[in-house]
Parts: sequence; structure tokens; C-alpha cells
Amino acid sequence: MTTGSAASAPVEVTVNGEPRRLPEGATVAWLVDDMGAGRRGVAVAIDAEVVLRSSWETTLLRSGARIEVLRAVQGGC
Amino acid sequence: METVADGNDVADVDDVFELAGEVLSSRLILGTGGVPSMTVLEEAIAASGTSMVTVALRRVVTGVPGSVLDVCDRAGVRVLPNTAGCFTAHDAVLTAKAARDAFETDWIKLEVIADDRTLLPDPVELLSAAEALVSDGFVVLPYTNDDPVVALRLAQAGCAAVMPLGAPIGSGMGIRNPYNLAIICEQAEVPVILDAGIGTASDAAIAMEIGCDAVLVASAVTRAERPAEMAEAMALAVRAGRLAAAAGRIPRRLYAQASTTMEGRPDL
Repeated sequence: MTTGSAASAPVEVTVNGEPRRLPEGATVAWLVDDMGAGRRGVAVAIDAEVVLRSSWETTLLRSGARIEVLRAVQGGC
Repeated sequence: METVADGNDVADVDDVFELAGEVLSSRLILGTGGVPSMTVLEEAIAASGTSMVTVALRRVVTGVPGSVLDVCDRAGVRVLPNTAGCFTAHDAVLTAKAARDAFETDWIKLEVIADDRTLLPDPVELLSAAEALVSDGFVVLPYTNDDPVVALRLAQAGCAAVMPLGAPIGSGMGIRNPYNLAIICEQAEVPVILDAGIGTASDAAIAMEIGCDAVLVASAVTRAERPAEMAEAMALAVRAGRLAAAAGRIPRRLYAQASTTMEGRPDL
């Protein structure tokens, strides 16, 4: 990332396998809230690393990130 | 089978089911896979009397609030996350870490399957994942084959229980190798929870009679024509099997053994 780029530069990421364009400055917390499934029972992984919920507010999303937002569903034997 | 049902291992039927230092009020654990609706799940949980329900992690579908967790909350049951659908230790470990963050529990029902057709556990990946998760502080409850050696290795690796299958997931074939299961129960120093393969209530009773500490049932309840009724049947079967195991069954014998004395028989 170059410094001094335009303030509104979008962040191009992949969320649950789909390409998405997020506003600059979007955090994990912003994304989770934007997806509308609440926060309880939700987990987030970026590039195969879990982002702990205690870090959601401070973790900025960067272009190229592969983001998985997961929640509890029925399943498993 | 004579197995361990001699009363030594299960002397007190009213004993509590302790798992990883926690007391569970029921020896029946309910899986949620295959349940047709949240209403049906709620009814099945209530009828089963279970205190722990296992759930999977999947991608959020945007804008769909509420979940299986709401049902668990209302029922007051413990949520046991699982790693359903993982084929490698890498995926299972990552899923377990996600589950720990999502549900704020160190408990994980570890499933690492080999293929889509059999859904059988991959013992190599399973043991690898179990070792990694135990060293990371997880309470690991691994779904495993009915292989006594693998079960022993999982226990030695620090798993809090072993969860051998009776038959493949969703097959309803019951306990295909009761002798292996008996060996697993006999040598286990951690609880043994029969996982997968149960088709109907008698299968659950047999698992408990063989010496299992608990039974996990999913498809047999969730895909039954009347899930709540089957859930209740499972609860009764687990209780019956536990009682029978402690009661000490009679040995099997090829010929009859008279139950009435010949002494005092009239000469007719």
C-alpha cells in the first residue's frame, strides 16, 4: 500500500468466496455488522488465521484479504 | 456379549456423567444435522432431556439473523461446536479456533473425515489435529473409527473423551462391531461416547450396555418421522442401557438353564 493515496480508495477483498468492495477504513467489526447476522456465535478468519473478537474493532481490512465470516448452523453428527 | 457389563465399571447408575471436569445431566448428546426446522429441533431437544447439543460452523448468509444458537439458549443446553466437513487437520484446527472465538468455549467435537461417500474419520489427520488442539488448550472430543488402537492413541494424546462410531454417519446401521467397541470401553481411561450409526432406540441401549458412558444421536432423531418421539425413545434407551449395564446381565449359554427346580416335582 502506498501512503498518501486518495482518501476514498476502496478496499477490494473476498468475503465468503465473493468479491466485495469495502470503504477505506473498514474494520472486521464493521464488516460483521454490515452482514447483519449479529455478533454472537460469529467467527472471522482472514487468510486462514482467526481474528479474535477482541481485535475486531481495531483490525483494518486490506485489499486482497480472503475473509471468512462464519456462524453456527445445524450440522455435524 | 459379556463385555464390561459386569457392574464393575458402572456400579452406580445414578452417578453423574462427568466430562472434562464438567457434570452433564444427561448421557444423551444431540446432534443437529438433518433437522428439518428450528421448531422441530426445539421439540427434540426438550423431549431428549439432553444438556448438550452440537452445532457446525458455516459461512454467514448476509442478512439472516437468528440461528440454532437461539434454540440452544432457550433450551438452556450447552453448545458443543464441531468441525463437521473438515477433511484435513489444518482445516479442523482452524475451524476449532474459529469455534472457540465464536462460542467462547474450549470444547470441540473434532471431526476430520476422509471422503464424502463414507464420511469415515481419517485417523492420520484426526490424530494430528487432536495433538495440535490439545497442546493449544482445547478440550478435544474426537469422532473416531471403532478402532481400539486409534482410540487409545487419541486418549494418550490428551483427548478428554473418545467418540467411536457405531456405523457411518447417517447410516442408521447401529453398532457394526460391538466387540471392538467393547475393547475400546474396557481400555479407555476417558469417557467413551458412541457417535454415529445409531438407527433406533435399541442401538443406543446396546451401546450403553456394552459400556459406553454416553451416546450422541443426530440423524436417528432429526430424520425420524416424528423426531420428538424418537428423542424421547433415545433418552429412555440410554437410561435403560445404563441400568442394564450396571445390573449385570446373565451370561449367554447355548442350552437352557432351568429356572424352576426339579425338586418336589409331582409324579404324575
